[in-house]
Amino acid sequence: MTDQAYNFAYLDEQTKRMIRRAILKGVAVPGYQVPFASREMPMPYGWGTGGVQVTAACLTPEDTLKVIDQGADDTTNAVSIRKFFQRTAQVATTEATSEATVIQTRHRIPEAPLTKDQILVYQVPIPEPLRFLEPRETETRKMHSLEEYGLMHVKLYEDIARHGAIATSYAYPVKVEGRYVMDPSPIPKFDNPKLSNSPALQLFGAGREQRIYALPPFTHVVSLDFDDHPFEPSKAPHDCDLCGAGESYLDEVITDDQGGRMFVCSDTDFCRTRREEGHVGRLGEPQFSSKKIANSFEGICAPEEAAE
Amino acid sequence: MTQPLLSVRNLTKLYGPRIGCADVAFDLYPGEVLGIVGESGSGKSTLLSCLAGHQTPDTGKVIFETAQGPRDVLQMAEPDRRRLGRTDWAYVHQNPRDGLRMGVTAGGNVGERLMAVGARHYGDIRDKATDWLGRVEIAADRIDDRPRQFSGGMQQRLQIARNLVTGPRLVFMDEPTGGLDVSVQARLLDLLRGLVRDLGLSVIIVTHDLAVVRLLAHRLMVMKSGHVVEQGLTDQVLDDPQHGYTQLLVSSILQV
Repeated sequence: MTDQAYNFAYLDEQTKRMIRRAILKGVAVPGYQVPFASREMPMPYGWGTGGVQVTAACLTPEDTLKVIDQGADDTTNAVSIRKFFQRTAQVATTEATSEATVIQTRHRIPEAPLTKDQILVYQVPIPEPLRFLEPRETETRKMHSLEEYGLMHVKLYEDIARHGAIATSYAYPVKVEGRYVMDPSPIPKFDNPKLSNSPALQLFGAGREQRIYALPPFTHVVSLDFDDHPFEPSKAPHDCDLCGAGESYLDEVITDDQGGRMFVCSDTDFCRTRREEGHVGRLGEPQFSSKKIANSFEGICAPEEAAE
Repeated sequence: MTQPLLSVRNLTKLYGPRIGCADVAFDLYPGEVLGIVGESGSGKSTLLSCLAGHQTPDTGKVIFETAQGPRDVLQMAEPDRRRLGRTDWAYVHQNPRDGLRMGVTAGGNVGERLMAVGARHYGDIRDKATDWLGRVEIAADRIDDRPRQFSGGMQQRLQIARNLVTGPRLVFMDEPTGGLDVSVQARLLDLLRGLVRDLGLSVIIVTHDLAVVRLLAHRLMVMKSGHVVEQGLTDQVLDDPQHGYTQLLVSSILQV
C-alpha cells in the first residue's frame, strides 16, 4: 500500500470529526474526562495512541509539529511519532519549541513559554486521578459528578504519614477552575505551575482508556495540598552541567561506574538553545552558534565528550 | 415533646414477588437505641440498607430531622443524601473489610471522613485521628499501621472510630459484633455503650444476638418474614414475649 492510500494524518475524516467533538466538549468543561471511541493505531497502547489521535484531529497541512518524550526530541517515542506524521500528513516538523504550532508531549511541558498560537497535546496513560484509590469506574464517575474529592486528600495524607512530606512527584493531582480534579498525566510536579494560566490550548488524550480532556487557554489550575504542607514544585538541586541553567528540570545521567554523574536539562531544545547563546555549564564546552555543531553535540547521551 | 430524629412510615421493599420487608413503621428519638432482631432472611438487613439509602424501597417515607427541619430522605437529591451519609449519619458494617480501606493507614481511614467534609490541615486531621483511636482503645503508635495488620476486634473498633469522627447523630450498625469471640465482643459492647451514652447518639442496631440488644438497646423490634411482629421496650419484649415467634426466639438461647 502506498502512503497515498492513507487519509491526511492517518485517521479518516469521520473519526477526526468524532475526536474533535470530544475535544470541543472537553474545552467547554475544563478538566472533565470526555469518553471517545478510541481507534486502534499502528503502535501499541502505552506509546501515545491517545495523544496521536488528538494530534491527528488537530493537524492542518500548514502546521509545524514538534514531538517530545521526557523533554527530549531524539528519543524513540518522539522520533517514531514525528516520523509517523511526516509520512501520513507531510507536515513540517521542528525541534524548536518556539517554531512549533502543535507539540505532542510525553511527561514534560517545554521550558520555553508557550504562546496562544500553540496546542500542547499530552499522552495520558491513566486519566482517572482517583483510580488507584477507588477501582470502580461507576463510583469514580459519581465522585466527579458530585464533587466528592476527599479521597484525593487521603492519598496525600498517606504520603505525609509515611514519608514526612508529600512524596507524589509526578502525576500530581490538580483542581481545575475550582471544580474537577484532574490527572495532569505523568509530568513532574515541577511542571504543574505551568499548567495554570497558560496561553496555549492544552489537550489530553488517553487511547487505551478512551478519554479526552482539556485545559482551555488561561485556565486556573491549582495543585492539591494541605494548609500545613503546601504544594512545592521540586527539581534536583543542581544547575545543568551542559548549559548552566539553574531553573530548568534536570535529568540525572550516570557517566561511569565510579559514582560519576551529571545533571542535564531534560528539555533538549531548551538546553541547546542556551548553549548556542554561549551559556556553559560545569562540564560543558563553549559552543559556536553553527547549528550543525550544536546538533552533533546534542545528545545528553554523549557525556564523555562533554566531560573531557 | 421532642421531635423524633427519624420517623419511618409504611416502608416496603419487594424483591420481585418476594417480600424484603413490608409495612415497617417506627419513630426513633434522639439518644435512643433501637434494636432489630430476627432470624436470617427476616428482612433486618434489607430494612437497614433501605433506611441508610443503600437500597431504594418501593414505597414508604423515611423522614429525618435535618438541621434544616424534617426531610424525606427518599425524596432527597443524591448529592444531599450522600452528604448526609458522611456528616449526620454513620454506617458500621458487619465485616470491617467493607467499611475500611484496607490499603490505607489507620490514621488515613479515620481522616477520610474529615477530609470529605473539607478538612485541609494535616496536623489537625492527625490530632483528631489520634484522639479517636484513643477513644476506641487503639494505641496511638498504631496510627500508621494498615488495617490488615490489625486483629478483627481492632478492625471493628477502627471502623467505629472512622464513622464517629465527624460527630454523626444517627448510627446504623449491621451486626457489629458478628465474627468476634465473646471476650472481644464484651469489650466492644462496653465501648459502644460508653460512646452512645457520652455522645448522645441515636443508634439502629441490627443483630441476631439477643444479648447484644439486651445490653445496648432501649427498644426492640422483632422481625419475621419481612414483617415486624412485635415491638416494645427491650426488657418487656425479652422478659414477656407475646408473639409466638418471639417466644421461640427467646427460648432458643442457650443458658450457660
